[in-house]
Amino acid sequence: MRRIANIYRLGIKEFWSLWRDPIMLVLIVYVFTLDIYTTATAMPETLNNAPIAIVDEDDSPLSTRIVSAFYPPQFVHPEIITFQEMDPGLDAGNFTFALVIPANFQRDVLAGRTPDLQLNIDATRMSQAFAGNNYVQQIVMGEINEFVKGYRASTAPPVELALRARFNPNLEQSWFGSLMSIIDNVTMLSIILTGAALIREREHGTIEHLLVMPVTPTQIMLAKVWSMGVVVLLAVTLSLTFIVRGLLQVPIEGSVALFLAGAALHLFATTSMGIFLATLARSMPQFGMLMILFLLPLQMLSGSATPRESMPELVQNVMLLAPTTHFVELSQAILFRGAGIDVVWEQFLMLWVIGSVLFTISLTRFRKTISQMA
Amino acid sequence: MNQETQLVAQVSTLTLRYGRTIALDALDLALPAGCMVGLIGPDGVGKSSLLSLLAGARKIQEGTVTVLGGEMSNKRHRNEVGPRIAYMPQGLGKNLYPTLSVEENLQFFGRLFGHGAKERRRRIDDLTRSTGLLPFLERPAGKLSGGMKQKLGLCCALIHDPDLLILDEPTTGVDPLARAQFWELIARIRGDRPQMSVIVATAYMDEAQRFDQLVAMDAGKILATGSPQELLTRTGSDSLETAFIELLPEEKKRGYKPVDIPPLELDDGEAAIEAQELTMRFGDFTAVDHVSFRIRRGEIFGFLGSNGCGKSTTMKMLTGLLAASEGRAWLFGQEVDPHDIATRRRVGYMSQAFSLYGELTVHQNLVLHARLFQIATQDIPARVAEMVERFSLGNVLNALPENLPLGIRQRLSLAVAMVHKPELLILDEPTSGVDPIARDAFWRLLIELSRHDRVTIFISTHFMNEAERCDRMSMMHAGKVLDSDTPAALVEKRGAATLEDAFIGYLLEAGADQESSTQETSPQEAVSPSDTPLIAKETHHGAPRHRRFSLQRLLSYMWRETLELRRDPVRATLALVGSLILMFVIGFGISLDVEDLNYAILDRDQSSLSHDYALNLSGSPYYFSERPPLEDYAELDRRMRSGELALAIEIPPGFGRDLVRGRHVEIGAWIDGAMPQRAETVQGYVQGIHQHWLQERARQSGAAMEAATVNIENRYRYNPDIQSLPAMVPAVIPLLLLMLPAMLTALSVVREKEMGSIINLYVTPVTRAEFLIGKQIPYIGLAMVNFLLMTGLAITLFGVPITGSFPTLALSALVFSIIATGMGLLASTITRSQIAAMFFAMIGTLIPAIQFSGLIDPVSSLEGTGRFIGNIYPASYMFTISRGVFSKSLGLGDLIGSFLPMLLAVPVIMGMAIVLLKKQES
Repeated sequence: MRRIANIYRLGIKEFWSLWRDPIMLVLIVYVFTLDIYTTATAMPETLNNAPIAIVDEDDSPLSTRIVSAFYPPQFVHPEIITFQEMDPGLDAGNFTFALVIPANFQRDVLAGRTPDLQLNIDATRMSQAFAGNNYVQQIVMGEINEFVKGYRASTAPPVELALRARFNPNLEQSWFGSLMSIIDNVTMLSIILTGAALIREREHGTIEHLLVMPVTPTQIMLAKVWSMGVVVLLAVTLSLTFIVRGLLQVPIEGSVALFLAGAALHLFATTSMGIFLATLARSMPQFGMLMILFLLPLQMLSGSATPRESMPELVQNVMLLAPTTHFVELSQAILFRGAGIDVVWEQFLMLWVIGSVLFTISLTRFRKTISQMA
Repeated sequence: MNQETQLVAQVSTLTLRYGRTIALDALDLALPAGCMVGLIGPDGVGKSSLLSLLAGARKIQEGTVTVLGGEMSNKRHRNEVGPRIAYMPQGLGKNLYPTLSVEENLQFFGRLFGHGAKERRRRIDDLTRSTGLLPFLERPAGKLSGGMKQKLGLCCALIHDPDLLILDEPTTGVDPLARAQFWELIARIRGDRPQMSVIVATAYMDEAQRFDQLVAMDAGKILATGSPQELLTRTGSDSLETAFIELLPEEKKRGYKPVDIPPLELDDGEAAIEAQELTMRFGDFTAVDHVSFRIRRGEIFGFLGSNGCGKSTTMKMLTGLLAASEGRAWLFGQEVDPHDIATRRRVGYMSQAFSLYGELTVHQNLVLHARLFQIATQDIPARVAEMVERFSLGNVLNALPENLPLGIRQRLSLAVAMVHKPELLILDEPTSGVDPIARDAFWRLLIELSRHDRVTIFISTHFMNEAERCDRMSMMHAGKVLDSDTPAALVEKRGAATLEDAFIGYLLEAGADQESSTQETSPQEAVSPSDTPLIAKETHHGAPRHRRFSLQRLLSYMWRETLELRRDPVRATLALVGSLILMFVIGFGISLDVEDLNYAILDRDQSSLSHDYALNLSGSPYYFSERPPLEDYAELDRRMRSGELALAIEIPPGFGRDLVRGRHVEIGAWIDGAMPQRAETVQGYVQGIHQHWLQERARQSGAAMEAATVNIENRYRYNPDIQSLPAMVPAVIPLLLLMLPAMLTALSVVREKEMGSIINLYVTPVTRAEFLIGKQIPYIGLAMVNFLLMTGLAITLFGVPITGSFPTLALSALVFSIIATGMGLLASTITRSQIAAMFFAMIGTLIPAIQFSGLIDPVSSLEGTGRFIGNIYPASYMFTISRGVFSKSLGLGDLIGSFLPMLLAVPVIMGMAIVLLKKQES
């Protein structure tokens, strides 16, 4: 009973400390409002204003038709260039795509001779190269088919492919962007807040003060874990309600309560990690540097930015040890796909295991180093 | 001679504010030349502010300051007289560089003042010989004792023959022997150069006795000026301490009573604390060396010693904060055990630095501690009220301790330590920095606690008059207890006149002078220190005239920064290993390849044709990997929700039959749209494979191909296999080349601001450009090493070859490193704390580089502000160059269009950093 009371009291004290730390408050607010909003809205649709140039050596009605089929927002209005200008333009990165329409193109098409169109793609721009390629093909083929139709009777393809995107029918980037940035920010803030809470005590010399009182290191650590966890959870809830659902109008498929439960488990792991990093660092700046080295891999390799299955096998396996991987998986399943606990129980279990291990390691390290902090 | 020439400095109506606090209040003061003037008064009365204004380190807000015949508000005059003033700021070794050795510190200052190598050698040898630092030339400044640090600070200040020496509390926290030696040294210097004026601030009233002129200050105002004798006679007191109290305004003196100590009555012989052979080692350094003592209940026991002699460490061992390396200790007869919660409730502890929660109000602090000490909830209000009453905290209950004067904070600390009514109080230098009146008031509280409440008090101090008030005391030096007894007995044992003399006697006996003193001599070098003149008597105005730009000063800063960086493992590691780790992570982690997509088929037809369709999917080269087939819609739904399937294909019943009959059939493809980017790619793949199947079928059935009349030939340029690595690696290198160097340089300037050595920029002739560029060069070098490492990693581990001209890439990397480090400097000029500098550097580099510079989407695809930022941000051009050289086999000629904007950015960024950096503290 005494212990719980102590943990509670010390946690309340953390709230006060945070409340009087304007920089941290600004950071929390920024991270859960503006940051989410800008990430969501600044993320362009997959193909946005892709720069394209066309070498039109045919100059026929069909080639003109193709040229005019490229327009914003997917493409910029095509730049008409000569064949000689193509290579330097690609070299300088002026355009990502260069389409060459050969001479006598229209004649050959109408004569059924299957002429060659050449599409040059700057493959150093991966994101545009891939999606853009499909678009260009579709647009060109569509225009040619339309054009040909005027001359010949066409037959519908015998088998049609009905494509439907689930969970995000129009493939809107902002849905993905906003929720992923929330997920990333949970990790980042929880590490920063707990780490900073410990380092602040250390720098102010108050940790020494706590240690001469009838309070154990476990209580000190648990107090920080619960209080900072609550702050992040509260901020997430508000942000989901007002920014994501309210301002950005992103529908949330699954149960928010279930997501928050998952987040709480995740916070258990990340706040422990924050404490651990704070015991390694001797000052705030060192903590900051350490954090960059830890946080970046945790976020980038967790599957929140790019799909996990595209990473090398080894990276995928190593990242199974990171809490972020499981948190990202369960959040995506719940928030995007409306999954219930029957689907994500595995991730919950993994988070719990990882969290417990991290907590134990941090506590051991915290106990060992705390006397040197004083 | 008119009066002007006899004054070294004069201030009139000088006012200085920090926010709402007034530090100096319309001060008028004239300081005579050629003598030693002492500013006396407790901490926080404005002494340091006044000195920094005189030194030109701080910007003048109101009033005028005239030093050495000119106005200090005039920049030209400041530049001119700068080399004639030497300023030693408050704090042990504040303007020194702790990781640099004694020699390196002195060399650095020598170069800043423009001395040649020979001249520097001569001066360094002279100065160190006469201060006794010669044998320690190789020792890092951070590892010197307090007294030696101050001597080194003095050497650094004297290296350029100043006409005005400004010393801000040079002896605070230094043991009495070192203190005496320090003043002897100053006296000798003045003997050699009588024309030199010295202005000293001190909190030790006993030291002030030896000054020519005294200025007593309190609360930003001057109480009195005059020689020590004059002040004594004017106030009719026998010591300066009492004289000072006499000089204070009436409302401060009210309630002041001299400390009166009733005799100690011990009821029994039981020990409150007993220590036997306590020893604490940190590595090979022994902080506390076999210390034994016994403190009886109800006694006030004092520990007297200089900073770093082991007082605090001993106290920490007694409270259980540190586990002793050797020896044992008992509190109330019970052996000290860090896990013993029960004993903690009987002890109150007050640590050296103020260590209460600054973010909690006075009342909240008291309540929190009461609760943590497990006082019953119903008793807390009464207990808190009692403490508030007893320690007179009534009128500050809701204030934040940060905003309170030191004296009140001290009372609060004591109140907090007493809130649970402990039987033993351990107080670690509780009165340092507190003015004499508050200190006496504090002692009256202690005496009442001791004599009235019978609380045992264990207190450490470096004030002699406080040690005299203890019932018994121990003198400590270098981890050892020299002797313990009543103060009177100790004085008697040494046959000394005062406790201070007794202490010095003990120190000499313990050989304290051997380690740091002037008597340090080797047989060959039996030159008595006083024989060597400290400073060449003929005053050639040593320092050359102030020049606008000096390469030597720039190189001096560069050399020093390199040394410091080499000796800071954390920053150096981050700089070198950090970029490699991050490159590895990003290179392997951010893959835009979409492959190994999991899919499953819901085949509701199960005909040979449907199997053929399925086979076509699974046979497609590398994109897809097939999972067990689906049985029904429910399973499809579940497996898609779990994220297992990125694609589900549904073949309708009767597919084969209908197809053969030429009826319209439709195959359903469900794509997981959660990740839009991935979904789009999947769409493209599926369409392609579907198309392929149709064509194959048409070919097999011999039907004419009608739809495909054109063949689109895709040529993926520069990266024919469209792999992520060759696309990402050339972009990651500039990204990291921007972020890490920017952060390191940002830290390097702000670190100086936090540690105090920025003062050297304020008071030495170094210009802002020399300072910044000098600090920048090592980081440019480091960035280039990073660049080579990362390029090596790209070629070897990632297998991404450089197809273009490497010299072009290296040259652009050099220009870009200058830009990156310049941005860091820019971030550091506008921030005060390292954390803020890091934050700024991160935000200022990462966000524009990732979002707006064409890392993922080319700048030409952006709109509005994003495009504008992309166009002016140098990283955009570096990405183009890096990709051009790595993937597109380009050379300098092809990329000149991207080179020029980067070159243009260099003077813009550096110019801004230089202009925004302040040469004075504001």
